[in-house]
Amino acid sequence: MIPIRPIHLFFALCPILLICLGVPTPARSESAEETGLEIAQDSQDREKGFGNFTAQQTMVLRNKHGQESRRQLRVKVLEVSEDGDKSLFVFDQPRDVKGTALLIHAHRESADDQWLYLPALKRVKRISSSNQSGSFMGSEFAYEDLTPQAVEKFTYRYLRDEAYSDLTCTVTERFPVDKKSGYSRQVVWRDKDELRVWKVEYYDRKDSHLKTLTLGNYAQYLERYWRAGEMTMVNHLTGKSTVLTWTDFEFQTDLNDRDFTQTGLKRVR
Amino acid sequence: MLLRTSFYFLYLGAVWILALVFAAGAQAEIGIDRDFSGRVNVESRWFPKAGAFPGQGSHAIGFFVEPKLYLADARGRSFTLSSFFRYDNADSRRTHVDLREAYFLLFGEIGNGEWELRVGIDQVFWGVTESQHLVDIINQIDLVKHPNGETKLGQPMVNITYSSDWGIVEFFVLPYHRVRTFPGQSGRLRLPLVVEDEQVEYESEAHLDFAARYSQSFGAFDVGLSVFNGTSREPFLMPGANSSGVPVLVQHYDQIRQFGLDAQLTVGSWLFKFEAIQRAGARNLIGMEEDYVASVFGGEYAFYSVFGSAIDVSLLGEWNYDGRRRNATPSRSPNTLENDFFFATRLAFNDVQSTEIVASVLGDAGRSTRALSVELDRRISDQLSLNLEAIHLLSIDKADIHYDTRRDSFIDLSLIYNF
Repeated sequence: MIPIRPIHLFFALCPILLICLGVPTPARSESAEETGLEIAQDSQDREKGFGNFTAQQTMVLRNKHGQESRRQLRVKVLEVSEDGDKSLFVFDQPRDVKGTALLIHAHRESADDQWLYLPALKRVKRISSSNQSGSFMGSEFAYEDLTPQAVEKFTYRYLRDEAYSDLTCTVTERFPVDKKSGYSRQVVWRDKDELRVWKVEYYDRKDSHLKTLTLGNYAQYLERYWRAGEMTMVNHLTGKSTVLTWTDFEFQTDLNDRDFTQTGLKRVR
Repeated sequence: MLLRTSFYFLYLGAVWILALVFAAGAQAEIGIDRDFSGRVNVESRWFPKAGAFPGQGSHAIGFFVEPKLYLADARGRSFTLSSFFRYDNADSRRTHVDLREAYFLLFGEIGNGEWELRVGIDQVFWGVTESQHLVDIINQIDLVKHPNGETKLGQPMVNITYSSDWGIVEFFVLPYHRVRTFPGQSGRLRLPLVVEDEQVEYESEAHLDFAARYSQSFGAFDVGLSVFNGTSREPFLMPGANSSGVPVLVQHYDQIRQFGLDAQLTVGSWLFKFEAIQRAGARNLIGMEEDYVASVFGGEYAFYSVFGSAIDVSLLGEWNYDGRRRNATPSRSPNTLENDFFFATRLAFNDVQSTEIVASVLGDAGRSTRALSVELDRRISDQLSLNLEAIHLLSIDKADIHYDTRRDSFIDLSLIYNF
């Protein structure tokens, strides 16, 4: 007979204690898919209500010989309730594309709408949004890595909890629904407290590990919304990398729907 | 010509000085956004074959400068000034100045929509197709810049736009008419007679032109309806004589009315495009007034990241039709687009230098006229970029008005400094 020691009693009472303390535990009945979806849904919900924001992006593209090239752009994003966000990218550097602007109306259920403004011709061109996997401005970021990813665009599978620097992260796999995506799957590290993404591993269609994105320099805005200040994408096949720095975040500016129309696009300088 | 150019130069200088003084004053004010940018382009154009006419050179060297100033206040109201100056050593007609843009822009909300007002000199692009821009009519073409007619001269205008959920409505009042630029005596890509630019004939002098357009997007379908009433941008060329009695072609501008339709359907990697116009009041190739319908129909398909590389390949095909058939006037050199096909492929390398190659062929379905074009664009550094273009006139039918440009295939190398 095994003597009952206090430690056993503690283990036996542990679940009850946890419930009393209100600490959530993943329900046993929940599948890995459900848990994964829940994490994605929670983080999307946490983003709700930001309204709009503007920011500056600087990209430093580095090849395997260490040669650098810079991109500079302004970003404006408008939240759309019940659908994908509207975003506007305006290029400042390199100088030959200065003033070129890309307008994206993201949709949750259907393909996104995209327009390109060419300042030399003063022409607005409706362009195809099928080029998800293509490189953005020659960088290691693909269009699909930069555009907001609605929950519906993936299926999910929760893998495990794991320590990431001094944080506890959930590690979740997500599988793109869109066949035009360049990836078979992505593995996402998200901290449990604030649901911030710290790392993403991208696997190509042959399921080899293509790229890794690490995020850092997080800052919180409006006491709610977290934004990474630095995003580093490394391509393991080519040895190239891109460091994307975000600065000058401004939330709840006077942007509105009218700034994200074709007329508004022509006004961009 | 010289007097007019110098006067224009003085005027341009005055506008720039005023703008810069204003910009300097504005610096002190809070919330004024200033931006000075532009480009310098050094160009060398080489014609492998000797010209058909005496005095035409085989090599042209030149440059152009295009500075642009933008001033805006905190509410987004802005003034844009951009001018263009070109020097060409081979053809004095290619040396010219133009005010491309000089306009005030105001906008605001009204009801559930938005209004926008542009007053001054501006450029407007309408349409969707690539081989020609049928519905696009607001601005005159700067033809000496390139025979494809993609570059435009600034147009004085008052433009009011109202946009709301039910579409975008634009109104234009166009108080002044710009004369098309044509190559001179020693220039290449010209007709047997030089097109006169000093004396120009109008059906109606100092006519106030009007235009309007309605456009709307219905999901994947974009459509635009337009109307223009006023002085044609396309001259009828009449044989005549200049002030010294030398035979020339005189530009004659008719009063026309044009209805336009442009539409695009964007589905997956496909773009389907259509443009059509109905024009009344213009003269045809033989000088008779003839109302007509013209259209462009085609599409574009893109293969992204071909064979696992970063390269995107786009294929384009368009068919051009003009109801006047053989009496159609040429809207684009060297083809008269009355029954002409256009095929092109665009290779975007998606590399750090944004290398892009576009190859196209424009051909007459009934005649032997064929023009081949290959263009390469590549960035060299953050500020320098390069453009290499070869236009090869494979053949020009004897019956075509551009028969005399058959020896004018060329290679053009441009080095562009962007600031």
